[in-house]
Amino acid sequence: MHGSPLLARRLWITALIVPPLAFVALFVVYPIISAFAYAFFQWHGLARGEFVGFANFYKVLFTQPYADWTVNAFLNNVLVFFALMVLQNGVGFLLAYFLWRELPGAAFHRVAVFLPVVLSTIIVGFLWKLFLHPLFGVVNISLRGTGLGSLAQPWLGQEGTALWALIIANAWHMVGFPTLVFLAGMQRIPGEILDAVRMETESEWVKISKIVWPLVAPSATIVFTLLFVGSFNWFELPYIMAGVDGSPHKATDVLGLYFYRTAFGDQSGSGQDFGAGSALAVLIFMFIAVVAGFITFRLRAREIQI
Amino acid sequence: MKKLILSGIVALSALGVSMPAWAQELSFWSWRQEDKAQYEKFIKAFEEKNPGVTVKFETFEATNYNTILSTALAGGSGPDVLFARAYGGLENVANAGYLLPLDKSNVPALENFAPAAIAAETMRSTKVTYAVPFASQTMLVIYNKDIFDANGLKEPETWDELVQASEKLKGAGIMPFGNGTATAWQNEVMVGGIASTLMGRGFYDDLMAGKADFTDKRYVEALTKLKEITKYFPDGFIGLDYASSQQLFASGMAGMFVGGSYELANFKKQNPDIKMGIFAMPGMKADDEKLVAQYFDGGYAVNAKTPHKEAALKFVNFLASQEFGQMFADELNNISAVPGVSFKDPLLAEVAELNKNSIPYIMLVHFRFGEPSGSVLLQGEIQKLLSEKATPEEVGKNLTTGLAAWYEPFKK
Repeated sequence: MHGSPLLARRLWITALIVPPLAFVALFVVYPIISAFAYAFFQWHGLARGEFVGFANFYKVLFTQPYADWTVNAFLNNVLVFFALMVLQNGVGFLLAYFLWRELPGAAFHRVAVFLPVVLSTIIVGFLWKLFLHPLFGVVNISLRGTGLGSLAQPWLGQEGTALWALIIANAWHMVGFPTLVFLAGMQRIPGEILDAVRMETESEWVKISKIVWPLVAPSATIVFTLLFVGSFNWFELPYIMAGVDGSPHKATDVLGLYFYRTAFGDQSGSGQDFGAGSALAVLIFMFIAVVAGFITFRLRAREIQI
Repeated sequence: MKKLILSGIVALSALGVSMPAWAQELSFWSWRQEDKAQYEKFIKAFEEKNPGVTVKFETFEATNYNTILSTALAGGSGPDVLFARAYGGLENVANAGYLLPLDKSNVPALENFAPAAIAAETMRSTKVTYAVPFASQTMLVIYNKDIFDANGLKEPETWDELVQASEKLKGAGIMPFGNGTATAWQNEVMVGGIASTLMGRGFYDDLMAGKADFTDKRYVEALTKLKEITKYFPDGFIGLDYASSQQLFASGMAGMFVGGSYELANFKKQNPDIKMGIFAMPGMKADDEKLVAQYFDGGYAVNAKTPHKEAALKFVNFLASQEFGQMFADELNNISAVPGVSFKDPLLAEVAELNKNSIPYIMLVHFRFGEPSGSVLLQGEIQKLLSEKATPEEVGKNLTTGLAAWYEPFKK
């Protein structure tokens, strides 16, 4: 048998596809499936016990104290999502619009807005922790310096302010990302359309609501979906700023922290439970996959092709 | 030339393969990154006496240690000798059968350890011990001697004297206490360091005997006092994290610090000039027994699957010896769990003295065996108490009902 060009080509393609496929299977698909499997077993410390069906899911959803913890963490995630939708994506859209309209200083601000995105979350977390330090933090010092000392607070220590402090830190960190995506979307709007609008109206509001917003819909789909996934997977910033316990008193507890603490234990508080932890991971994964799929599907439908 | 190098490599690798026959290398895992230099020294002393056994000390970040160890052991690998946690943390690993049972047949020195120390490394259900306890820690009050002297203060004998001392420091523009409670586990430390004397030994004994729970008047009263004294904590202390609160004391901005005996070495490192003293929190009356809260930190365990069992046991026996305990106390400034160790450092000797009047650090020692753990509940409830979201009575009630989920004596 002598190698035909077609066969050689097929072999070549196979050789290119198999290694990455094997890699993904080994390091992505296998861990996900094994986490699924872990969730159906009882765990004695690290040793896998008997098959328990849906008992772990029942435990985290319906038995106390897990049920309260799960609901509390979930609701915090929901709050984070909506707050960031306004503070991160909403502000991002406005910033993008101003940058696109090339207001004075646009070149400088384009860099300034995007710069924090480049910083690592660890740095941002510590930076904001310092800003919010009750004694020496720049926030409280500025308040005291301007005669607003009564507004100075232990921001990260109060149930009412801790989660919002984290949300604002996150918005400050990431607002450059939606800005950039929206800006790219706006810059793709053809000049003819804008010229046509200019003949009809001078109103910025009409321009934003009737022309720009519908035409950047693909960008909106991207940033909405990513924000959704990001806010329900939120982990690094709360971990750095509030600790794995969602301090104070679970006011900053989100699903990511709660899952981590449950599965791997918290050195200063609780033991580890791989079963319940895996069940939580599966639930979080399914929730994100289903809702993110739905959001993408719905938002895609309203996109306009130019 | 090439040939020479090649044969050199072959010879070396042959040597490497044949090494185990006459020399064994033990791997030894720890979460104490900051103690690496001292452990290298201990290991050297061991290796000099035991030719043929070498020990490789490897450290991991403390907060991730459990996860890394768990993963390694579950995967059938892991170190020969390892740092194990105490109490509930030990049970997690021991339960799965990953550790070698230790008793007087393989570690004779264990017989002389204090029962409380052994209990920390023993499974409650089977009474099997799995590790040689290394140190105990004590929750107490640390104070800055220079600040106390400058303000004419001495160690308080009663609660009122403590309040007066705090007032005086506040008047002098010094923070009486440096503590903050934004970091969850610090809240549990506050209860151990402040409230042990106030709740008293009688309460502890009744709690253990199943005659009292956390709604007991003595416990609630102790929490009320705890809340009261936080008046002398820094402004916004509920938003002050652990690291910042340590700095307030180490830098001499605060006069007192409620914390563990493990802070002493740490403060000294941060500020070598600091002069410190310690005391047990006073009670309402001068003759109330002043109590500190004590617990054991962890122990040295042997991997059940180690291929070098004999060498590992030899090493663990060394870790249980008085010679090691003395080195441990001298070099690491910690209260070694080995019996008969003397403490050169006067502060350490004082901690050992205070330990004679102690009750266990309750939640860690007795209530970390189920979910929700007493520690998790207490940390959250005290945060609520300190931010005016719960009264001491409610805290006591929530602790009791929360623990009733798994703690039999509280089940109604």
